[in-house]
Amino acid sequence: MQLNELTAHELHAKLANREVSSVELAEAVYKRIDSVEDKVKSFVTLTREKALAKAAEVDAKISRGEEIGPLEGIPVVIKDNMCTEGVLTTCSSKMLHNFVPPYNATVVEKLYEAGAVVVGKANMDEFAMGSSTENSRFFATRNPWDTACVPGGSSGGSAASVAADETVYSLGSDTGGSIRQPASFCGVVGLKPTYGTVSRYGLIAFASSLDQIGPFTKDVADCAQVFNAIAGHDPKDSTSAEFDVPDYTKYLTGDVKGMRIGIPKEYFVKGTDPGVQKLISETIKKFEEMGAVCEETSLPHTEYALPVYYLLATAEASSNLARYDGVRYGYRDESAEDIVTMFMRTRAEGFGSEVKRRIMLGTYALSSGYYDAYYLKALKVRTLIKQDFDQAFERFDIILSPTSPTTAFKIGDKTDDPMKMYLSDIFTISLNLAGIPGISVPCGFVDGLPVGLQLIAKPFGEGTLFQAAHAFEQNTEHHKMKPTLSVREVI
Amino acid sequence: MSTEYEVVIGLEVHAELKTESKIFCCSSAKFGGDPNTHVCPVCLGLPGVLPVANKKVIEFGIKTGLALNCQIAGYSKFDRKNYYYPDLPKNYQISQYDLPIAEHGHLEITVDGQHKVIGVTRVHMEEDAGKLVHQGATMASSKYSLVDYNRTGVPLVEIVSEPDLRSPEEARLYLEKLKAILEYTEVSDCKMEEGSLRCDANVSVRPAGQKEFGTRAELKNMNSFKALQKALEYEVERQIEVVEDGGRVIQETRTWDEVKGISLSMRSKEEAHDYRYFPDPDLVPMVISEEWINNIRQTLPELPDARKDRYVKDYGLPEYDAEVITGYKQISDYFDEGLKHTRNAKALSNWVMGEILKFINTSGLSVYSHEFPIPAANLAELVELIDQGVISGKIAKDVFKEMQVKGEKPGAIVEAKGLKQISDEGAINTIVDEVLVKNPQSVEDFKNGKERAIGFLVGQVMKATKGKANPEMVNKLLREKMQ
Repeated sequence: MQLNELTAHELHAKLANREVSSVELAEAVYKRIDSVEDKVKSFVTLTREKALAKAAEVDAKISRGEEIGPLEGIPVVIKDNMCTEGVLTTCSSKMLHNFVPPYNATVVEKLYEAGAVVVGKANMDEFAMGSSTENSRFFATRNPWDTACVPGGSSGGSAASVAADETVYSLGSDTGGSIRQPASFCGVVGLKPTYGTVSRYGLIAFASSLDQIGPFTKDVADCAQVFNAIAGHDPKDSTSAEFDVPDYTKYLTGDVKGMRIGIPKEYFVKGTDPGVQKLISETIKKFEEMGAVCEETSLPHTEYALPVYYLLATAEASSNLARYDGVRYGYRDESAEDIVTMFMRTRAEGFGSEVKRRIMLGTYALSSGYYDAYYLKALKVRTLIKQDFDQAFERFDIILSPTSPTTAFKIGDKTDDPMKMYLSDIFTISLNLAGIPGISVPCGFVDGLPVGLQLIAKPFGEGTLFQAAHAFEQNTEHHKMKPTLSVREVI
Repeated sequence: MSTEYEVVIGLEVHAELKTESKIFCCSSAKFGGDPNTHVCPVCLGLPGVLPVANKKVIEFGIKTGLALNCQIAGYSKFDRKNYYYPDLPKNYQISQYDLPIAEHGHLEITVDGQHKVIGVTRVHMEEDAGKLVHQGATMASSKYSLVDYNRTGVPLVEIVSEPDLRSPEEARLYLEKLKAILEYTEVSDCKMEEGSLRCDANVSVRPAGQKEFGTRAELKNMNSFKALQKALEYEVERQIEVVEDGGRVIQETRTWDEVKGISLSMRSKEEAHDYRYFPDPDLVPMVISEEWINNIRQTLPELPDARKDRYVKDYGLPEYDAEVITGYKQISDYFDEGLKHTRNAKALSNWVMGEILKFINTSGLSVYSHEFPIPAANLAELVELIDQGVISGKIAKDVFKEMQVKGEKPGAIVEAKGLKQISDEGAINTIVDEVLVKNPQSVEDFKNGKERAIGFLVGQVMKATKGKANPEMVNKLLREKMQ
């Protein structure tokens, strides 16, 4: 195995006992990037020099005999919507094609403190709006399991870079499924934490009440370790929760005996790929074999999640994205003769069509005369969706579902039909509305493409998620499979 | 016969709160500074930043509400007001919409000696915008404009009155009283010239007796109390003229041109913004406890009306004096300090309303300033010197002039310059005799019933004593001797 293929916990052991150096590790990662990046296209920006310098620092620390933390000297990739001081942060948008933040996002700061080696910034759907990374204004990222397919989105670059071993782990953000769905499509582990557990300060907002940062990793143990590093209260984020961050690795017991797992009947409907359906059924059996108790449950307001999401997320986005006007930073149309024309042309050219579609939708939902019927109504239904989960968690420790109804689709397949694209997030969106955590872990393959299993817990129930996901992983081999980085031959 | 019209006015007042830091970040909220030096990523609205509410601002919001007799909200939140303008870095202003910090208050004004209660609809908190500096006269006519974001995020309270004001004068009186209250509460400096107090007015007219309000116009850009009254007078006249000519007042926003003395239409209702208010998802709602409200209530100072009552009740000051003195916190504080050193409140009030106000206006000094040469104790001493007959009122004016220059105590000035009043009957007697001898004609005139002649004779004695003779005593002696 190459160094870049290993997990963080494996690498930490090797670094700590000086079997390998951090610089060797970084070099292995960049060597891999150099050889596969044309096929995958995970990155908007590579930070090679900074990364090697940081790795050298860690090596110096090790050679001085100092102890290193679990993520120290280990390569990470950051989605390009998290601010990195002095490093381009574009949101994969023409609007921010030249934006270099003067400050670090809190998560980035935390990773630096943990000694992380930042490899580069990952491609994404523009402003995190999309489910395929085809909405990047720069280029589409490809699925390492079939480079003719999408990696999912919006955190497609973050997911693909982990799957293609271009990094050890990465950070993404999830507003309606943007971590879990690409994790599912790329066959890696992806966590959308409880709203408020990871600071949003420095995460370029799409929908403030839904956005949450989380990790992509090669196994569940790494996911718990990275979550240890990034979770916690941040005084710079008013919506960040004050809670004691436990050591999440203590939940990696491998034991799910007696765990009560709910299977929501609304998530097993027409439209889900039969192959995916079959794998989830096998997964449920697996959990039962492992000693968990699986029972059907109901989340009756599930069918409203998608419309509610597309009212609330777009309403917030219409306001959050208002600041991109060409006045202070980013793209500006220089041809305009007056300020209003400058605003209009800058935004017409700076934003792509999906972003504009959502801004218009959100502006409409907030307009006087429509506010009550759309925005306010959606807020009320959001409460009902949350109550569905509250009730279910009175009986269950975990709720289990597919992460997405299908495996990765072909590039270009859904770009003409936004509704089809939106449906890819049908199982993930409710969690953001309810503010609860969900993890996607590999649970098998359909026609050579990975399938993700989504496990859901109540607020601050990440420990339970790690426990269940880790136990499942211990009893399966899916996460050990490696992609071919070529166009898949369908037999 | 011409119709009588009733004027209906409501005011929206913005006051900058004098906190150390801005409303949602740690940048300095100080006035001035080189352009774009009191800024950080948060108030610049850079991608990814988040606001965190300044607790002091909420405290000041509550304090303002309490000073205006409002109900304080137990649950309040911030909302976004969306509109595009280059002085607004996020293109939305964080404000409060349907759950303001305080509601249902009132304040009292005195119009022609009559008390009148004016309703305060609401008090809410919001962030200020930046400042545009155009290369030309307006943004449209400029090749470029510069933006200074120092003021962006400086905390404001907006105070909205009920449409209870019935004349431009009442509107000015309301604004003056509101300013006094905010000053006393020490939440704002209320400097109209620095823009820390700003006022918009909604004005309409209706035939007297009509129940429904007329169509209102919103007036902006009045930068002084005088301008407010003038602008309103102009607008009222304009609206009456429109109606008299058989026209209809249209709902619009108008801007006051101080130089030309006219208001101009800015935009009509059709062009009005749809602000698309919605709760700011970056800020959590505020839950305000009774305990916190009560603690803030404890810190409220004596407000202008209470001071006015005290002056009238405890010191027998005329209502008018009390009103004038309490109109400005510094004047009232000065007066209170003076009262510690003299019991003659009326005499003190005369000096304060006369010479002291004049001195403040011409010198531009604040009574709180170290350079202010006349401590209240010195003025009170002067009042006492007159009361005790040590100097006459006339001499006192000269002494006051000296006091302004060197900051000396009046007693010391009187001593050094030998200005003490001569109240020694023997000494005055001699001079009176001399004056009588020198002016036989006046003595004659007086004896023939010309009362005026005594004035001349008193004047002569005063002149001979350089004004130091006790005038009452001179008068008494002259009359005795001419009987």
